[in-house]
Amino acid sequence: MERGAAPSGAGLPRRDLLGAAGALGLSAFLAGCGVGGSGATGAEGSGKGTIRALFMKQAGYSEDDITKMTAGFHSANPGITVKTEFVSYEALHDKIVAAAPAGTYDVVLIDVIWPAELGSTRVITDVTRKWPEAWQREMFAGAVEVPRYGSRFYGVPWILDTKYLYYNDAHARRAKVEAGELDTWDGVLRAARAIKAAGVTRYPLVWSWQQAEALICDYAQLLGAFGGRFLDPSGRLAFNIGGGVRALEFMRRSIVEGLSNPVSTQSIEEDVRRIFSAGQASLALNWTYMAAQANDPRQSGVAGDVKVLRTPSGPGGRPGVNGSMALAISASSKQRAAAWKYISYLVSPPVQDRYAVSSLPVWTRSYDEPQVIRANPVLVPQAKRQLGDLIARPQVRSYNAVSQLLQSEIQKALLGQKTPQKALDDAAHRAEDLL
Amino acid sequence: MTGMAIATRIRRRIRVPTLTGTGTREVRFAIALLLPAALVVFGVVIYPVGRTLVLSLFGVDSAMPGHYPFVGLRNYAKAFTDPAFYPVLWHTVYFTFVSTALELTLGIGVAMVLNAPLKARWLWRSIVVLPWALPTIVDGALWRWIYNGQYGALNGLLSTLHISHTDHQWLGSPFLALNMVIVADVWKNTSIVAFFVLAGLQTIPHELYEAARMDGAGPVRSFLRVTLPLLRPSIAVVLILRTIEAFKVFDIIYVMTGGGPASGTQTVAFYTYQQAFSNQLFGYGSALAYLIALAVFALAMVYLRILRQGAMAGVR
Amino acid sequence: MRTSRRYLAFMYAMAVLMAVIILAPFAWLVISSISSPADLVSSHVHWLPERPTLERYRQIFTSASGGDNVAGDFRVAMLNSLIVAGSTTVISLVLGCLGGYAFARLRFPFRRTTLMSFLAIYMLPPIALVIPLYLALSGLGLLDTKLGLIVTYCSLVTPFCLWTMSNYFLSLPPELEEAARVDGCSRFGALVRVVLPLARPAILATAMFGFLLAWDEFLYSLIFTSTTNSKTIPVAIAEFTGKFSSDFGLVAAGGVLAALPPVLLALVFQRFIVGGLTAGAVKG
Repeated sequence: MERGAAPSGAGLPRRDLLGAAGALGLSAFLAGCGVGGSGATGAEGSGKGTIRALFMKQAGYSEDDITKMTAGFHSANPGITVKTEFVSYEALHDKIVAAAPAGTYDVVLIDVIWPAELGSTRVITDVTRKWPEAWQREMFAGAVEVPRYGSRFYGVPWILDTKYLYYNDAHARRAKVEAGELDTWDGVLRAARAIKAAGVTRYPLVWSWQQAEALICDYAQLLGAFGGRFLDPSGRLAFNIGGGVRALEFMRRSIVEGLSNPVSTQSIEEDVRRIFSAGQASLALNWTYMAAQANDPRQSGVAGDVKVLRTPSGPGGRPGVNGSMALAISASSKQRAAAWKYISYLVSPPVQDRYAVSSLPVWTRSYDEPQVIRANPVLVPQAKRQLGDLIARPQVRSYNAVSQLLQSEIQKALLGQKTPQKALDDAAHRAEDLL
Repeated sequence: MTGMAIATRIRRRIRVPTLTGTGTREVRFAIALLLPAALVVFGVVIYPVGRTLVLSLFGVDSAMPGHYPFVGLRNYAKAFTDPAFYPVLWHTVYFTFVSTALELTLGIGVAMVLNAPLKARWLWRSIVVLPWALPTIVDGALWRWIYNGQYGALNGLLSTLHISHTDHQWLGSPFLALNMVIVADVWKNTSIVAFFVLAGLQTIPHELYEAARMDGAGPVRSFLRVTLPLLRPSIAVVLILRTIEAFKVFDIIYVMTGGGPASGTQTVAFYTYQQAFSNQLFGYGSALAYLIALAVFALAMVYLRILRQGAMAGVR
Repeated sequence: MRTSRRYLAFMYAMAVLMAVIILAPFAWLVISSISSPADLVSSHVHWLPERPTLERYRQIFTSASGGDNVAGDFRVAMLNSLIVAGSTTVISLVLGCLGGYAFARLRFPFRRTTLMSFLAIYMLPPIALVIPLYLALSGLGLLDTKLGLIVTYCSLVTPFCLWTMSNYFLSLPPELEEAARVDGCSRFGALVRVVLPLARPAILATAMFGFLLAWDEFLYSLIFTSTTNSKTIPVAIAEFTGKFSSDFGLVAAGGVLAALPPVLLALVFQRFIVGGLTAGAVKG
């Protein structure tokens, strides 16, 4: 033992290691009972009382919109008090997951890619039985798909969004490009070549191809246009066959030809908006929100020149990526009845129509309402046609992990480290284990 | 071992001759001094630390409580069969060694400057505090902005100085991006090293330098002979401190690159975050977290051994 | 101490070089914060903004908090951060000095194990602890409160204060305390009257470290806070930038303001440690 405690240094005495291990074991014992056990279970509740709702900042409905909507709900339902909280989109998923076992929130806003994950991990609750039959007919088909996983509904669609093709009309005119040419992806490449040749912009195209979900959104839209599929009818990954590969080849070619800005692989949606708004790009794919901001002279150097089109078509059609969001009820909510009332109010056509300036409604009928058309005259006619044709990213439980793999492999192809076919084969091969 | 033996050994090892009569009083005093810290620290973390250890032994794939299969050490084994893990580990090790080495070298240099009898010392010192005071979130955003291939200041600077007129994509290729993230990290964190080393420098009695000079040692030799050896405790502290932080690097990656391009800047902590939070694989994520802690612990031990700082610096 | 002129000149040169490397990116941050959005993204870098604007600072200082304009939250977040980081520093430093002294000068069983357990806590990445901590804070009703953050941060910062202080105490010559004790001081008295004053440089470095650790912490704050009740600066700044909206200028303005309090604090404390420990003190 005398030697065990080494004098002045060197080495770690056994006694200390044992002691540390013992302390760790003790704390594990104290925390041990936690893994099993019943934990948080939800309940319908009385339909009255206080509920808490988690929303996001800075996109779709604004914080003030939601506060006003909630005030409207309060006056219609005096028995229920709603407390709202707002976090940035980036923090939303983690907040929902961290809060789930504690049951902090009753209502949570979820992205279209989460129902499979959050539903099967029992974070949000199945609301299939509450869903009115009529909603399935009155909402856009793409909206109905948002909260659906298998045959179950895990929420109600609320914010409907997809990516549109934005182009700079002044640039197009200088390069003598007709808007009609931008109707197909081949036409887009031809237009980009013309714009580049005319020296209007050095890189006519800019994309959100950073290693992030934004990359998969752009890829999904192209995959749809080239007739590819994420999953085949038997549920196996199929993006490495046919259209999925051609979509990636298209992306890579646009970089090699110098048509897509090389900064694209480090950009998310906001970088795309900035570059486009600075007049450094002539063509870009982006969400609804860019329509207002790129045409706002305070935020954009190209205000007035910005035009919006439906996404271009390819051999497989022209589906837009489904980038919608839904309202869900936490599985641990003790106030499911009240939460459902609140959600039903927020998605009701009168409320959605009234706030159409901020976010477009999920109801097909709304797009003929003068109130809605007036809210966004440029976009609504395009949206009405585009929102009927959306492509979903795969609704699988481990979607996030599949997406991370795919992002990494697509980037390798974009940077020229692998051929598109090889990259997608590798992604499919490794992701197969995750399904 | 008898009590006598312990006492003699301790007396040999500790230079302070005991003035107190009995050891028990000293033990009681020590407990009184340490109890508040122990309560504040272990009171908060014992449950989370234990729970994470438990989770790492189960196949937990949801944040919700429930019945999960016991998998023993399989979550730990999984890391080593996971093909994505090795590149991630390599990035982390590279990041850790390169950034701490640079921070240590530059930090000692900066500390020497701050300790030199310059005019307006307060000014130099507050300049050095600046990058440290900038939140990592902002530091990451700033450097991402500077590196931007389209309108970034770095390309602008190279072009203004007529060094290069091409638009370099600083964060565009994997290995370059990792190095550029290191630059951002070093710019911010060298200050921490500098201040700890400065505190160490100030304990070195000037007489030692005088003596070295008498022996005919120039600035370089007196730095190597006097300063560095006496700085060993400060260096040990700050080296371990930075190693822990660097090995756990997360915020700056999250802000600057999101792990890209082509996963080239993904680090273990970022990967753990993805597994635990994005994918809800809490069992695997917890195991990865413990592996990080083990790796850092091992590194700390190696450093202390190299610097001969006792089994743990801070206790003789 | 006599210093050769050449050495001094070299040090001045190094100091200037150091200042340039540190200040250049920081200057860019300041310039960005007052550049118009159009200047920020122009393809030719404008080293000086064509139309400088203080609009972002105005937004930060005048917008209402808790509303649509995220800039308004920043002021409150700044106050929250000051309270949280300040309290954390004071608590952890006091605990660290007391405990660090025990590790450095007293002998008791399991000394190394204890110190190691403290330090090992910090080696686990916060990602691993965040969910159980969330549960615990939720059970105690401390979610979205400054107290909840202070409690969490103290558990992170204290181990380091303990360790750095203990290390520093070890480097002080024990003869000084002995002299005090011979003069009739109690052990505690010697600690407070002799050891702590001598340890001022280390206390300052440790305080800076603790303060900035809490000031900078992101992940816990992101998950544990949700309203202006407790939101801290990094979270408020993170909200300036995201998938759907980001103005680097606003991030830059937030960054400039966030860097000021620590620098001012350092300047204030600077006065108390000028010269630090001199050789004279050792001679007693």
